[in-house]
Amino acid sequence: MESLSNRKKVIEQKPMTLAERMYLPAIAKGLAITFRHMFKKKETIFYPEQERPISENWRGLHSLKRDENGKERCTACGLCALACPAEAITMIAAERKKGEEHLYREEKYAAVYEVNMLRCIFCGLCEEACPKEAIYLDGPFLEADYLRKDFIFGKDKLVEAPLKS
Amino acid sequence: MELAFVIEKFALVIVIFMISLGVAAYSTLAERKIAAFLQGRVGPHRAGWGGMFQPLADGAKMFFKEEIIPTQSNQFLFIAGPSLALLTALIGSAVIPWGQSLTFGDTVVQLQVADINVGILYIFGVVSLGVYGIMIGGWASNNKFSLMGAIRAASQNISYEIAMGLSIIALLMVTQSLSLKEIAAQQSGFINWNVWAQPLGFLIFIICAFAECNRTPFDLPESENELVGGYHTEYSGMKLGGFLFAEYINMFISSAVMATLYFGGYNFPFMNDLGLPQNIITLIGVLFLFAKIFFFIFFFMWVRWTVPRFRYDQLMNLGWKVLIPLGIANIVLTGIWIIVKDTYFK
Repeated sequence: MESLSNRKKVIEQKPMTLAERMYLPAIAKGLAITFRHMFKKKETIFYPEQERPISENWRGLHSLKRDENGKERCTACGLCALACPAEAITMIAAERKKGEEHLYREEKYAAVYEVNMLRCIFCGLCEEACPKEAIYLDGPFLEADYLRKDFIFGKDKLVEAPLKS
Repeated sequence: MELAFVIEKFALVIVIFMISLGVAAYSTLAERKIAAFLQGRVGPHRAGWGGMFQPLADGAKMFFKEEIIPTQSNQFLFIAGPSLALLTALIGSAVIPWGQSLTFGDTVVQLQVADINVGILYIFGVVSLGVYGIMIGGWASNNKFSLMGAIRAASQNISYEIAMGLSIIALLMVTQSLSLKEIAAQQSGFINWNVWAQPLGFLIFIICAFAECNRTPFDLPESENELVGGYHTEYSGMKLGGFLFAEYINMFISSAVMATLYFGGYNFPFMNDLGLPQNIITLIGVLFLFAKIFFFIFFFMWVRWTVPRFRYDQLMNLGWKVLIPLGIANIVLTGIWIIVKDTYFK
């Protein structure tokens, strides 16, 4: 039948010639190809010393941001935890006391903020959900560790370093 | 038998033993390096300069690993398997002429442990014993994958031994001698190398050598994607190391045999025109022999990382329906050639 798209190609299956059935010419060709590969540039990146360049929109470990005065932006609204498809984020909110105005931007803040890095799928939905621009996935890779409990990152690991004045 | 003779042979045995083990150890590094280079990687490079100490690290790891002997296995044979594999791999080197003789004063030292007049036959015997190590180890594991691997190894080695023997017969018709020393001595210079007289025989021999060493493309006894680990599935620690080591020593010995039988052994071009003293010629000859051996080891690895594994029926087809008829044809052709040469080119 006539092909409608005209893209169909009938491939003829010829019986193999003697040279093809001997395999040896093909093996010699293959050996030549692999031999040439010996002198090509190596693709290896020597990881701990050298790192692969990561793209602009790379999503790494989370960091909780501070505003221009060094106050924590997070108000513990819980939208990130709600948005998280992997249920990796938990938090406990607390009220800001008098004399803590220099630490927290608004009256409510996250006393505990934990991300379980083994649950996290690094999708970035928390970043999108956050109304206060408080969480960003701009960190490095997640490094290996020995215990599961060490993969639950608290505020000590997540919050940005305070501003230097 | 004098004491000096015993000491001389003993020293030679020790040296060859150490060299075999050293070459086998560094073959593991070379294998990984060559695999890496062919695939655009750098291979092991952390332990020492360019990974120089990687074999030592691997060996130490093997020794410190837990030795697991399955409770349902036959314990004596389980340990005997890798030991036998190592033993048979190592004793093959006894008849290989590593060089001509060295002369110190009036003592002449032959660089060959035993010049027996049926050297090739001895090699054959040892090679066919080699499969017992695999067979016993695989059977004693009491594991179906091990048994499958062992059976494959046995049938493969037996099949390819025939073709190998046929290629050797054609070679013997040319050399008129079974002694490896004699064969090596006949091939002095470059033009007398047996590979020029026996190209087809060499091709058959090298293919069979790949199969006998269980190297890719004929590594069906340990094909990982079908048989877990083949005959050494149940092995761990240094007993596994014994099997792997035996494979690399086999590769070294068969490279040495190929170099001796077909590529002139210790002979190198213009060796008699240089006008150097005999001892120097001998030492250069040893270096040349090792250069040839290392080339063949490289070739083994080069093929391993190029050609995919054969299917089992393809392996048997190649062995029985292609190589054996070719080997017989080679014998006939060689016979005709010898008669033609003797009657017309005298």
